[in-house]
Amino acid sequence: MAMTPAIEETSPELERLKELYADKGFVVTNINNLINWARTGSLHWMTFGLACCAVEMMHVGTPRYDVERFGAAPRASPRHADVLIVAGTLTNKMASALRKAYDQMPEPRYVISMGSCANGGGYYHYSYSVVRGCDRIIPVDVYVPGCPPTAEGLLYGLLQLQKKIRREGNIKR
Amino acid sequence: MTGQIELAKSAIENNFGIKCESMSFNQLQFSFEINKILDLVDFIKNDPACEFRQITDIAGVDFPDQPKRFEVIYHFLSFKHNIRLRLKTKLSENETLLSITSLFPAANWFEREAFDMYGIQFRDHPDLRRILTDYGFEGHPLRKDFPLTGNVEIRYDEIDKKIVHEPVKLQQDFRSFDVQSPWEGTKYIEEESSNSE
Repeated sequence: MAMTPAIEETSPELERLKELYADKGFVVTNINNLINWARTGSLHWMTFGLACCAVEMMHVGTPRYDVERFGAAPRASPRHADVLIVAGTLTNKMASALRKAYDQMPEPRYVISMGSCANGGGYYHYSYSVVRGCDRIIPVDVYVPGCPPTAEGLLYGLLQLQKKIRREGNIKR
Repeated sequence: MTGQIELAKSAIENNFGIKCESMSFNQLQFSFEINKILDLVDFIKNDPACEFRQITDIAGVDFPDQPKRFEVIYHFLSFKHNIRLRLKTKLSENETLLSITSLFPAANWFEREAFDMYGIQFRDHPDLRRILTDYGFEGHPLRKDFPLTGNVEIRYDEIDKKIVHEPVKLQQDFRSFDVQSPWEGTKYIEEESSNSE
Protein backbone atom coordinates (compact mmCIF):
# COMPACT_ATOMS: atom_id res chain seq x y z
CA MET A 1 0.00 0.00 0.00
CA ALA A 2 1.47 3.33 -1.00
CA MET A 3 1.45 6.01 1.63
CA THR A 4 2.18 9.67 1.63
CA PRO A 5 5.78 9.82 2.80
CA ALA A 6 5.49 12.63 5.30
CA ILE A 7 2.99 12.44 8.12
CA GLU A 8 1.53 15.90 8.47
CA GLU A 9 0.52 16.21 12.07
CA THR A 10 -1.66 19.24 11.47
CA SER A 11 -3.19 19.91 8.11
CA PRO A 12 -6.05 22.37 7.78
CA GLU A 13 -8.36 19.56 6.65
CA LEU A 14 -7.56 17.44 9.65
CA GLU A 15 -8.11 20.32 12.03
CA ARG A 16 -11.47 21.03 10.40
CA LEU A 17 -12.53 17.40 10.72
CA LYS A 18 -11.37 17.26 14.32
CA GLU A 19 -13.44 20.31 15.18
CA LEU A 20 -16.41 18.92 13.35
CA TYR A 21 -16.44 15.56 15.16
CA ALA A 22 -14.82 16.34 18.50
CA ASP A 23 -18.08 16.88 20.40
CA LYS A 24 -19.91 14.03 18.71
CA GLY A 25 -18.04 11.12 20.29
CA PHE A 26 -15.42 10.59 17.56
CA VAL A 27 -11.64 10.86 17.46
CA VAL A 28 -10.13 11.94 14.20
CA THR A 29 -6.57 10.92 13.42
CA ASN A 30 -4.23 10.00 10.66
CA ILE A 31 -4.20 6.28 9.74
CA ASN A 32 -0.43 6.15 9.99
CA ASN A 33 -0.58 7.46 13.53
CA LEU A 34 -3.26 4.95 14.34
CA ILE A 35 -1.21 2.04 13.09
CA ASN A 36 1.93 3.22 14.85
CA TRP A 37 -0.07 3.60 18.03
CA ALA A 38 -1.29 0.03 17.67
CA ARG A 39 2.21 -1.27 16.94
CA THR A 40 3.92 0.46 19.81
CA GLY A 41 1.15 -0.66 22.11
CA SER A 42 1.49 -4.37 21.40
CA LEU A 43 5.17 -5.16 21.27
CA HIS A 44 4.99 -8.85 22.07
CA TRP A 45 8.45 -10.07 22.80
CA MET A 46 10.05 -13.32 21.89
CA THR A 47 12.02 -14.49 24.89
CA PHE A 48 15.51 -15.45 23.83
CA GLY A 49 17.05 -15.87 27.24
CA LEU A 50 20.59 -17.18 26.96
CA ALA A 51 22.18 -16.32 30.31
CA CYS A 52 21.79 -14.21 33.44
CA CYS A 53 20.25 -11.34 31.44
CA ALA A 54 17.24 -13.59 31.03
CA VAL A 55 16.54 -13.21 34.75
CA GLU A 56 16.33 -9.43 34.38
CA MET A 57 14.13 -9.97 31.35
CA MET A 58 11.82 -12.06 33.54
CA HIS A 59 11.74 -9.25 36.11
CA VAL A 60 10.47 -6.90 33.44
CA GLY A 61 7.48 -9.17 33.03
CA THR A 62 6.69 -9.36 36.74
CA PRO A 63 4.21 -6.99 38.47
CA ARG A 64 6.90 -4.73 39.88
CA TYR A 65 8.07 -3.49 36.48
CA ASP A 66 5.02 -4.75 34.64
CA VAL A 67 5.91 -4.38 31.01
CA GLU A 68 2.40 -5.52 30.15
CA ARG A 69 1.12 -2.04 30.91
CA PHE A 70 2.76 -1.11 27.61
CA GLY A 71 0.90 -3.91 25.92
CA ALA A 72 3.94 -6.16 25.70
CA ALA A 73 3.53 -9.81 26.58
CA PRO A 74 6.04 -12.64 26.40
CA ARG A 75 5.48 -15.07 23.57
CA ALA A 76 7.08 -18.47 23.42
CA SER A 77 6.94 -18.69 19.64
CA PRO A 78 8.75 -16.37 17.23
CA ARG A 79 5.73 -16.56 14.92
CA HIS A 80 3.66 -14.62 17.46
CA ALA A 81 6.31 -12.08 18.30
CA ASP A 82 7.06 -8.52 17.23
CA VAL A 83 10.31 -7.99 19.05
CA LEU A 84 13.15 -10.37 19.79
CA ILE A 85 15.06 -9.71 23.00
CA VAL A 86 18.49 -11.34 22.83
CA ALA A 87 19.22 -11.66 26.53
CA GLY A 88 22.61 -13.16 27.19
CA THR A 89 25.75 -14.65 25.69
CA LEU A 90 25.29 -15.78 22.13
CA THR A 91 27.57 -18.73 21.41
CA ASN A 92 28.62 -19.98 18.01
CA LYS A 93 26.53 -23.09 18.47
CA MET A 94 23.41 -21.05 19.29
CA ALA A 95 23.85 -18.56 16.45
CA SER A 96 22.10 -20.59 13.79
CA ALA A 97 19.15 -21.15 16.15
CA LEU A 98 18.93 -17.40 16.78
CA ARG A 99 18.94 -16.68 13.08
CA LYS A 100 16.27 -19.31 12.54
CA ALA A 101 14.06 -17.78 15.23
CA TYR A 102 14.55 -14.34 13.72
CA ASP A 103 13.71 -15.59 10.22
CA GLN A 104 10.45 -17.05 11.52
CA MET A 105 9.22 -13.75 12.93
CA PRO A 106 6.61 -11.89 10.87
CA GLU A 107 7.30 -8.37 9.63
CA PRO A 108 7.52 -5.79 11.05
CA ARG A 109 10.05 -7.22 13.47
CA TYR A 110 12.42 -5.55 15.86
CA VAL A 111 15.41 -6.73 17.85
CA ILE A 112 16.63 -5.57 21.25
CA SER A 113 20.15 -6.64 22.12
CA MET A 114 20.31 -6.87 25.88
CA GLY A 115 23.54 -6.79 27.88
CA SER A 116 27.25 -6.61 27.15
CA CYS A 117 27.51 -10.14 25.77
CA ALA A 118 24.80 -9.67 23.17
CA ASN A 119 26.05 -6.18 22.31
CA GLY A 120 29.65 -7.10 21.60
CA GLY A 121 30.71 -10.31 23.26
CA GLY A 122 31.23 -8.56 26.59
CA TYR A 123 33.18 -10.56 29.10
CA TYR A 124 33.57 -13.38 26.57
CA HIS A 125 34.75 -11.17 23.72
CA TYR A 126 38.00 -13.11 23.34
CA SER A 127 36.48 -16.54 23.74
CA TYR A 128 36.75 -19.16 21.03
CA SER A 129 33.09 -20.04 21.25
CA VAL A 130 31.20 -16.75 21.56
CA VAL A 131 29.83 -14.50 18.85
CA ARG A 132 31.31 -11.01 19.24
CA GLY A 133 27.98 -9.23 19.19
CA CYS A 134 24.63 -10.62 18.08
CA ASP A 135 24.53 -7.97 15.34
CA ARG A 136 26.89 -10.24 13.44
CA ILE A 137 23.93 -12.57 13.05
CA ILE A 138 20.79 -10.40 13.02
CA PRO A 139 20.11 -6.68 12.59
CA VAL A 140 19.60 -4.92 15.93
CA ASP A 141 17.35 -1.92 16.64
CA VAL A 142 18.14 -1.09 20.25
CA TYR A 143 21.22 -1.94 22.32
CA VAL A 144 20.73 -2.01 26.07
CA PRO A 145 24.07 -1.76 27.90
CA GLY A 146 24.81 -3.36 31.25
CA CYS A 147 26.02 -6.60 32.74
CA PRO A 148 23.24 -7.42 33.21
CA PRO A 149 21.12 -4.33 32.57
CA THR A 150 18.54 -3.67 35.25
CA ALA A 151 14.92 -4.38 34.52
CA GLU A 152 14.40 -0.62 34.33
CA GLY A 153 17.18 -0.51 31.76
CA LEU A 154 15.45 -3.01 29.55
CA LEU A 155 12.15 -1.21 30.04
CA TYR A 156 13.80 2.00 28.95
CA GLY A 157 15.16 0.18 25.89
CA LEU A 158 11.64 -0.95 25.06
CA LEU A 159 10.39 2.64 25.35
CA GLN A 160 13.21 3.76 23.06
CA LEU A 161 12.08 1.13 20.58
CA GLN A 162 8.55 2.51 20.75
CA LYS A 163 9.97 5.94 20.03
CA LYS A 164 11.83 4.55 17.07
CA ILE A 165 8.70 2.92 15.68
CA ARG A 166 6.75 6.15 16.09
CA ARG A 167 9.52 8.05 14.34
CA GLU A 168 9.91 5.91 11.25
CA GLY A 169 7.13 3.37 11.27
CA ASN A 170 4.65 3.34 8.44
CA ILE A 171 2.43 0.76 6.85
CA LYS A 172 4.75 0.17 3.93
CA ARG A 173 7.16 -2.62 4.67
CA MET B 1 32.04 -43.62 60.92
CA THR B 2 35.64 -42.39 61.10
CA GLY B 3 36.87 -45.95 60.78
CA GLN B 4 35.10 -46.46 57.48
CA ILE B 5 37.47 -44.31 55.50
CA GLU B 6 40.40 -46.32 56.92
CA LEU B 7 38.72 -49.55 55.86
CA ALA B 8 38.18 -48.29 52.33
CA LYS B 9 41.74 -47.02 52.17
CA SER B 10 43.30 -50.31 53.25
CA ALA B 11 40.97 -52.29 50.95
CA ILE B 12 42.15 -50.34 47.91
CA GLU B 13 45.79 -50.29 49.02
CA ASN B 14 45.94 -54.04 49.67
CA ASN B 15 44.17 -55.11 46.50
CA PHE B 16 45.98 -52.89 44.03
CA GLY B 17 49.30 -52.12 45.67
CA ILE B 18 48.91 -48.37 45.36
CA LYS B 19 49.59 -45.83 48.08
CA CYS B 20 46.95 -43.43 49.26
CA GLU B 21 48.17 -39.94 48.37
CA SER B 22 45.96 -37.95 50.66
CA MET B 23 43.15 -38.45 53.08
CA SER B 24 41.37 -35.31 54.16
CA PHE B 25 37.83 -33.99 54.44
CA ASN B 26 36.49 -37.54 54.14
CA GLN B 27 38.14 -37.94 50.76
CA LEU B 28 40.74 -40.45 49.59
CA GLN B 29 43.09 -39.92 46.68
CA PHE B 30 44.94 -42.52 44.61
CA SER B 31 46.94 -42.57 41.41
CA PHE B 32 46.85 -45.64 39.19
CA GLU B 33 48.17 -47.02 35.90
CA ILE B 34 45.80 -46.74 32.95
CA ASN B 35 45.63 -50.50 32.31
CA LYS B 36 44.13 -51.03 35.80
CA ILE B 37 41.16 -48.79 35.18
CA LEU B 38 38.34 -51.29 34.81
CA ASP B 39 39.50 -53.60 37.61
CA LEU B 40 39.94 -50.71 39.98
CA VAL B 41 36.64 -49.00 39.21
CA ASP B 42 34.81 -52.32 39.40
CA PHE B 43 36.41 -52.95 42.79
CA ILE B 44 35.63 -49.58 44.33
CA LYS B 45 32.07 -49.83 43.09
CA ASN B 46 31.31 -53.30 44.43
CA ASP B 47 33.64 -53.98 47.35
CA PRO B 48 31.65 -53.84 50.62
CA ALA B 49 34.30 -51.63 52.25
CA CYS B 50 34.02 -49.06 49.45
CA GLU B 51 30.68 -49.08 47.63
CA PHE B 52 31.37 -45.91 45.67
CA ARG B 53 28.10 -46.01 43.77
CA GLN B 54 27.98 -42.53 42.31
CA ILE B 55 30.37 -40.96 39.84
CA THR B 56 30.52 -37.24 40.57
CA ASP B 57 32.80 -36.04 37.82
CA ILE B 58 35.53 -36.87 35.35
CA ALA B 59 38.04 -34.11 34.79
CA GLY B 60 40.98 -33.69 32.49
CA VAL B 61 44.20 -31.73 32.93
CA ASP B 62 46.79 -30.82 30.31
CA PHE B 63 50.49 -30.62 31.22
CA PRO B 64 52.14 -29.84 27.88
CA ASP B 65 55.69 -30.10 29.25
CA GLN B 66 55.38 -33.58 30.70
CA PRO B 67 55.95 -36.77 28.70
CA LYS B 68 52.57 -38.10 29.82
CA ARG B 69 50.67 -35.05 28.82
CA PHE B 70 47.15 -35.65 30.07
CA GLU B 71 45.77 -36.46 33.46
CA VAL B 72 42.29 -37.86 33.93
CA ILE B 73 40.71 -37.49 37.34
CA TYR B 74 37.67 -39.43 38.52
CA HIS B 75 35.55 -38.47 41.50
CA PHE B 76 33.30 -40.94 43.26
CA LEU B 77 30.93 -40.81 46.18
CA SER B 78 29.86 -43.59 48.49
CA PHE B 79 26.45 -42.86 49.98
CA LYS B 80 26.63 -45.84 52.22
CA HIS B 81 29.84 -44.85 53.99
CA ASN B 82 29.63 -41.10 53.30
CA ILE B 83 33.13 -40.88 51.89
CA ARG B 84 34.54 -39.61 48.64
CA LEU B 85 37.27 -40.89 46.37
CA ARG B 86 39.51 -39.28 43.81
CA LEU B 87 41.35 -41.46 41.28
CA LYS B 88 44.01 -40.00 39.03
CA THR B 89 45.82 -41.42 36.05
CA LYS B 90 48.22 -40.09 33.46
CA LEU B 91 48.44 -40.82 29.77
CA SER B 92 50.35 -39.50 26.78
CA GLU B 93 48.81 -38.04 23.67
CA ASN B 94 48.78 -41.31 21.71
CA GLU B 95 47.53 -43.52 24.53
CA THR B 96 43.89 -44.40 25.04
CA LEU B 97 41.90 -45.12 28.15
CA LEU B 98 39.15 -47.70 28.60
CA SER B 99 35.70 -46.22 29.05
CA ILE B 100 33.96 -46.95 32.35
CA THR B 101 30.47 -46.55 30.90
CA SER B 102 29.90 -50.29 31.33
CA LEU B 103 30.14 -49.79 35.10
CA PHE B 104 28.88 -46.22 35.44
CA PRO B 105 26.44 -45.19 32.68
CA ALA B 106 26.64 -41.62 34.00
CA ALA B 107 30.27 -41.50 32.88
CA ASN B 108 29.09 -41.37 29.28
CA TRP B 109 28.75 -37.59 29.01
CA PHE B 110 31.70 -36.90 31.32
CA GLU B 111 33.94 -38.88 28.99
CA ARG B 112 32.47 -37.13 25.99
CA GLU B 113 33.30 -33.81 27.59
CA ALA B 114 36.88 -34.88 28.37
CA PHE B 115 37.18 -36.01 24.77
CA ASP B 116 35.75 -32.75 23.48
CA MET B 117 37.92 -30.50 25.59
CA TYR B 118 41.22 -32.44 25.56
CA GLY B 119 40.97 -35.03 22.80
CA ILE B 120 41.43 -37.89 25.27
CA GLN B 121 40.26 -41.07 23.55
CA PHE B 122 38.10 -43.48 25.54
CA ARG B 123 38.03 -46.99 24.13
CA ASP B 124 34.72 -48.91 24.05
CA HIS B 125 32.71 -45.77 24.61
CA PRO B 126 29.28 -46.26 22.98
CA ASP B 127 29.08 -42.79 21.44
CA LEU B 128 32.25 -40.73 21.66
CA ARG B 129 31.12 -37.50 19.97
CA ARG B 130 31.73 -33.88 20.87
CA ILE B 131 29.28 -32.65 23.47
CA LEU B 132 29.72 -28.91 24.08
CA THR B 133 31.54 -27.25 21.21
CA ASP B 134 29.99 -26.14 17.93
CA TYR B 135 29.01 -28.62 15.22
CA GLY B 136 32.06 -29.17 13.05
CA PHE B 137 34.39 -27.60 15.59
CA GLU B 138 38.08 -28.34 15.10
CA GLY B 139 40.59 -28.69 17.90
CA HIS B 140 40.31 -29.28 21.62
CA PRO B 141 39.84 -25.95 23.39
CA LEU B 142 41.15 -26.73 26.87
CA ARG B 143 44.51 -27.93 25.58
CA LYS B 144 47.18 -25.42 26.50
CA ASP B 145 48.26 -25.03 22.87
CA PHE B 146 44.77 -24.04 21.73
CA PRO B 147 44.59 -20.29 21.06
CA LEU B 148 42.31 -18.38 23.44
CA THR B 149 40.27 -16.79 20.67
CA GLY B 150 40.11 -19.98 18.62
CA ASN B 151 40.65 -20.23 14.90
CA VAL B 152 37.29 -19.32 13.39
CA GLU B 153 34.58 -16.77 14.05
CA ILE B 154 31.12 -16.61 12.55
CA ARG B 155 28.80 -14.09 10.99
CA TYR B 156 25.60 -14.19 8.97
CA ASP B 157 26.17 -13.66 5.27
CA GLU B 158 23.40 -11.56 3.76
CA ILE B 159 24.18 -12.76 0.22
CA ASP B 160 24.45 -16.47 0.88
CA LYS B 161 21.67 -16.31 3.52
CA LYS B 162 23.60 -18.49 5.92
CA ILE B 163 26.07 -18.35 8.76
CA VAL B 164 29.65 -18.46 7.53
CA HIS B 165 32.85 -19.36 9.39
CA GLU B 166 35.88 -17.15 8.85
CA PRO B 167 39.38 -16.90 10.35
CA VAL B 168 39.44 -14.79 13.50
CA LYS B 169 40.09 -11.10 12.87
CA LEU B 170 40.17 -9.06 16.07
CA GLN B 171 39.83 -5.29 16.17
CA GLN B 172 41.95 -5.20 19.28
CA ASP B 173 44.23 -7.95 20.52
CA PHE B 174 43.72 -9.61 23.85
CA ARG B 175 45.65 -7.98 26.67
CA SER B 176 46.41 -9.81 29.86
CA PHE B 177 46.04 -7.52 32.84
CA ASP B 178 48.17 -9.50 35.24
CA VAL B 179 47.73 -7.58 38.47
CA GLN B 180 46.98 -8.57 42.01
CA SER B 181 44.24 -6.03 42.53
CA PRO B 182 42.88 -3.01 40.68
CA TRP B 183 44.73 -0.73 43.09
CA GLU B 184 48.07 -2.11 41.93
CA GLY B 185 47.30 -1.40 38.32
CA THR B 186 50.60 -0.06 37.08
CA LYS B 187 54.18 -1.18 37.44
CA TYR B 188 55.54 1.98 39.02
CA ILE B 189 53.24 1.68 42.04
CA GLU B 190 54.49 -1.82 42.62
CA GLU B 191 58.11 -0.62 42.39
CA GLU B 192 57.50 2.29 44.70
CA SER B 193 55.84 0.15 47.31
CA SER B 194 58.63 -2.43 47.19
CA ASN B 195 61.29 0.33 47.50
CA SER B 196 59.65 1.86 50.53
CA GLU B 197 59.56 -1.43 52.39
